[in-house]
Amino acid sequence: MTTEIATRPFTQYARAFRGLFLRDLHVLRREMFPFVIRICMNPLLFLFVFTYIMPHMSGGANLSPTAGMAGPGFSTVLLPGLMAVAIMFSGIAAVALPLAQEFGITREIDDRVMCPLPTGAVAIEKICFSAMQSMIAAIVVFPLAYYVPTQHPLFHVTSWPFLITVLVLASLTAGALGMTIGTSVKPQQIGLIFGVVVMPITFLGCVYYPWAALIHIRWLQIGVLVNPIVYMSEGLRAALTPALPHMNEAGILLMLIGFLALLTWLGVRGFLRRVIG
Amino acid sequence: MTAVDSIDLDVEAGEIYGLLGPNGAGKTTTISICTTRALPTAGTATIAGIDVVRNPSMARKHIGVVPQYNTLDRACTIFENIHFHCQYFGFSSTEATARTRQLLEQFHLTERSSAYPSELSGGLAQRVQIARAIAHRPSVLFLDEPSAGLDPQSRIAMWDAVKRLHEEGITVVLTTHYMEEADELCDRLAIIDHGRILVADTPTALKNSVGAETIYELDLRDDPKPLINRLAQMNGVANVECTGKLLRVLAHSSDGLLSEIVSSAQPFGLRDMRITQPTLETVFIRLTGRDLRE
Repeated sequence: MTTEIATRPFTQYARAFRGLFLRDLHVLRREMFPFVIRICMNPLLFLFVFTYIMPHMSGGANLSPTAGMAGPGFSTVLLPGLMAVAIMFSGIAAVALPLAQEFGITREIDDRVMCPLPTGAVAIEKICFSAMQSMIAAIVVFPLAYYVPTQHPLFHVTSWPFLITVLVLASLTAGALGMTIGTSVKPQQIGLIFGVVVMPITFLGCVYYPWAALIHIRWLQIGVLVNPIVYMSEGLRAALTPALPHMNEAGILLMLIGFLALLTWLGVRGFLRRVIG
Repeated sequence: MTAVDSIDLDVEAGEIYGLLGPNGAGKTTTISICTTRALPTAGTATIAGIDVVRNPSMARKHIGVVPQYNTLDRACTIFENIHFHCQYFGFSSTEATARTRQLLEQFHLTERSSAYPSELSGGLAQRVQIARAIAHRPSVLFLDEPSAGLDPQSRIAMWDAVKRLHEEGITVVLTTHYMEEADELCDRLAIIDHGRILVADTPTALKNSVGAETIYELDLRDDPKPLINRLAQMNGVANVECTGKLLRVLAHSSDGLLSEIVSSAQPFGLRDMRITQPTLETVFIRLTGRDLRE
């Protein structure tokens, strides 16, 4: 049997890209259970404690962060916020952590780097595959964030195209962030990333409060603008819970595109530096 | 630091070409440049007529690589490793399955097809890596230190596999510092040190370049220096080398030379004597010296 290998560059690249995507899909399918656990655990526990246990405790209203937001307020804030965290976290878990291993002892990325495809495209494939995982994560978190709270959040989609655009941009940005982190941190130090990067950008990412609520802490309100998670949560807030205060839609899209371009550039550059001597 | 400095190699289609050199000589860097994994500061490398520096993604179709370390995809089985490799190179799923089955058969891996790389011994992993590297039918296969860490049986099996690929017409470029391997496998080889080619020829021609058919190694108790001149003047002696208390007499076949050497060496406390033929190691050590590297 002989196989005619495509000679036209575009066909060749497209097939190689498809091969890489199929490989990732195959591995993900085999690891479905840990994947779902990884996505669900954090938002499930968070919602359970803050929007289910707390409201049930006697005097809980005084202890809970929902104290200032009567009724379904806090769960409504959390719905887009936790989806943003799931998107961001998937980007780290799908790109940065595996890359640390693949660049580290095993060097198992080598065979994929040797694909008949420009090396930068191998990095782009990883970002795209990660974006797909991020979107699945956001879709899985949605019912949790809706059903777990004692008082269901109030959501209303005014523009589906805007929601989908935000979801896609946020997911790609998360993948690019994972690529930037995965290629710029030494494999041995990847564990530190959670403390040094993931935690701060989550807690300061307008996940648990709308950006507009920071008005009284002006320095923080301006400071968090360099955090890409802010635009993910605010974007989903604008798309899903427009009744709550949120940033301007066009500004959100612009900033997401800007961060996507910057992080993709940094990530691909880091990837090339790692694999080409 | 310059790892490779003006190397000029020309490997003919269908031959097995060896790069021989001590650690840090520049062998792996040379291979990395040829396989698109390192960019040279100057110079060109072409594989099957394609410039690997200017057009790496096209050149990769013609390159198969077996690196020094095990780079098998740990998340996939042996079958999947080869199957996905085929798909990266544009095979359809059906074609990839057929090619994978054929390779597993050829490399006697069928029974282990559902094993994961972490369950394999070094020799087996090496065989899978070779099978994977040639799965897309490249014109050149690069093997970087293929027998490092292999037991003798696995090494012989690997040699057989390489010889079979050679018979199929595939060009093989391998790096090694095992002289026996270079001698056994290579049609031609280049000895590299400090990033430069010291000599390049067939193993036989390299061995002949020593200029002697027999080497007498004398282990002496006393300082052998006064003996050097006397031995060098004997009929049939081509050269005499001295390393500490060890004398190496390179000679052409000549009747009576052995007894002449022994009687001359007796007064210097001859403790031991070995008679050998020149090997690649003789050539290698003469060219690269005895100093320890890295």
